[in-house]
Amino acid sequence: MAEKTFKVTSESGIHARPATTLVNQAGQFSSDITLDYNGKSVNLKSIMGVMSLGIQSGAEITIKAEGSDAEEALTSLEDVMKKEGLGE
Amino acid sequence: MSEKISGIAASAGIAIAKAFVLQNPELTIDKKSIKDTSKEIERFQAALDTSKEELSVIKDKANEELGEDKAAIFAAHLLVLSDPELVDAVKQKIENEQVNAESAMNDVSSTFINMFEQMDNEYMKERAADIRDVSKRVLAHLLDVQFTTPASISEEVVILAEDLTPSDTAQLNRQFVKGFATDIGGRTSHSAIMSRSMEIPAVVGTKIITEKIENGVMVIIDGLDGHVIIDPSQDEIATYQEKKAQYEKQKEEWAKLVNEKTFSSDDVQVELAANIGTPADVKGVLANGAEGVGLYRTEFLYMGRDQLPTEEEQFSAYKEVLEKMEGKPVVIRTLDIGGDKELPYLNLPKELNPFLGFRAIRLCLEEQEIFRTQLRALLRASKHGNLKIMFPMIATLEEFRSAKNILMDEKDKLINSGTEVSDNIEVGIMVEIPSTAVMADTFAKEVDFFSIGTNDLIQYTMAADRMNEQVSYLYQPYNPAILRLVKMVIDAAHKEGKWAGMCGEMAGDPIAIPILLGLGLDEFSMSATSVLPARSQIRGLSKEKISTHINEILEMDTMEDVIKFVETNF
Repeated sequence: MAEKTFKVTSESGIHARPATTLVNQAGQFSSDITLDYNGKSVNLKSIMGVMSLGIQSGAEITIKAEGSDAEEALTSLEDVMKKEGLGE
Repeated sequence: MSEKISGIAASAGIAIAKAFVLQNPELTIDKKSIKDTSKEIERFQAALDTSKEELSVIKDKANEELGEDKAAIFAAHLLVLSDPELVDAVKQKIENEQVNAESAMNDVSSTFINMFEQMDNEYMKERAADIRDVSKRVLAHLLDVQFTTPASISEEVVILAEDLTPSDTAQLNRQFVKGFATDIGGRTSHSAIMSRSMEIPAVVGTKIITEKIENGVMVIIDGLDGHVIIDPSQDEIATYQEKKAQYEKQKEEWAKLVNEKTFSSDDVQVELAANIGTPADVKGVLANGAEGVGLYRTEFLYMGRDQLPTEEEQFSAYKEVLEKMEGKPVVIRTLDIGGDKELPYLNLPKELNPFLGFRAIRLCLEEQEIFRTQLRALLRASKHGNLKIMFPMIATLEEFRSAKNILMDEKDKLINSGTEVSDNIEVGIMVEIPSTAVMADTFAKEVDFFSIGTNDLIQYTMAADRMNEQVSYLYQPYNPAILRLVKMVIDAAHKEGKWAGMCGEMAGDPIAIPILLGLGLDEFSMSATSVLPARSQIRGLSKEKISTHINEILEMDTMEDVIKFVETNF
């Protein structure tokens, strides 16, 4: 299993537009991918799951991937986080 | 038998085509027990796939016509249809409970809709509407009910709807949609403004049009006089074809004035400018021969998205408008949010009386980071054209001074950091609050210009909510009370050697134009499509002649008296 914790730096947290990009990216992989925030864990392939967390700026989130392409998935999601200016 | 229904003429022109009724389908969902669950799951998957295909088409069209930004919402809609939490839950429900796909889908999507509706964040609450939209599409396919969207139109039609939302208008194909009519709305509602910028005939506020009509029936939309004729006779069609031809001919006459300046018959020059909402509107401004932009409503940069626009985004929009206008004056109004224009992501508290509340400059002076970001973008763009900055909703001189101080502060900072900023940016105010009109003589000493915003000035002077149809009779642009205020503002400006413009609907109104010319208004800013008719009208008016009647007009008893006088004399 691969996991990484990020601090959300984007001013408006993770809203529809960046969430769409993240979920789309997660959907490219066969691994199970989850997003943990504030004691809750949701499927990162679920747009409604991600949106329902209402992640605000400054939040700490953890992305976990489990499966054959877990490492690859995590690296590419990390890229998206950085490229979209979401967090580091 | 044909039937004639009256409404408000929102956008000029005549359209004759078949009706396309845009309606939310009535979906009745019955719970049924199902034996062959795998077949039911297939049926569900098929409805999902069809919905996805439709949404992809809409997304591509939106991408093409409105840009990636506006199309992003449909990408999110598509993801909802692929959401494993939704799709798997529905499939499991069909399997485990042996129920039909409609009821399983309805139950699962309702759970999500409720979840989002209960969040204490306006933005999230609005997402519930997105999920509802998407679910409806799938349910309609399952129930085999026709789900009508403007995107599915592929023949010449006129659209009839209760109202058109921004996402509806985003999907309109101008090639096929010849006009539209709605039940609700007024001249300044979203649908009306859109119809004018798309230049298609429209009648709004008919109250009953969708009850009266069925798909496929012939309809005439008369956007000149505000009528809709359902199922017209051959004679009526011929009459309106004639009227249409005449209007087209008149438009050709107007088109000859496109490169002319605007002079009255006694050689008094005025400036005719246009109101815009986005850089894309500049095309229409130039095509219609406007001599400037009298009002750039910057709110649209902030709307229909989930976060504030960055300084760079704003800079490039302002720069684009300034450059395309090639040195012609461009009045950019700073953020006018609040009232009927909400920004969910700002999470502002709901107000009982939003038009009298925390909006426009009041909000900007409090939320200074938002304001300063916009001012920096404007200042940086200033060297690309002839920029004038206008503050909205100014009620007191202190507000103007504070706003101007912040502007000067940002200007100094930019210059000190080596950024080039234009030296002659005029800074003015929108006059839309009666206190400011009354104090115009004092304001005139400090501002560079006034632009009278009549939509709000009328609503505040008459104390009549312009969104409330029951008091719409009080929306009286030609009421002598309004005309006297307008005169005070124009006179005050001229006394200090400043200019006075007008950027409300009234500036393009054929009844108001002679009076405004007589009062000495310097700049008229209106919908781009009104510019040429206005220029043609002003060429036939003598300012001197009207001026001799101005006092008489201002002393009339009622708005009706004013209208009658103007119609008979000018």
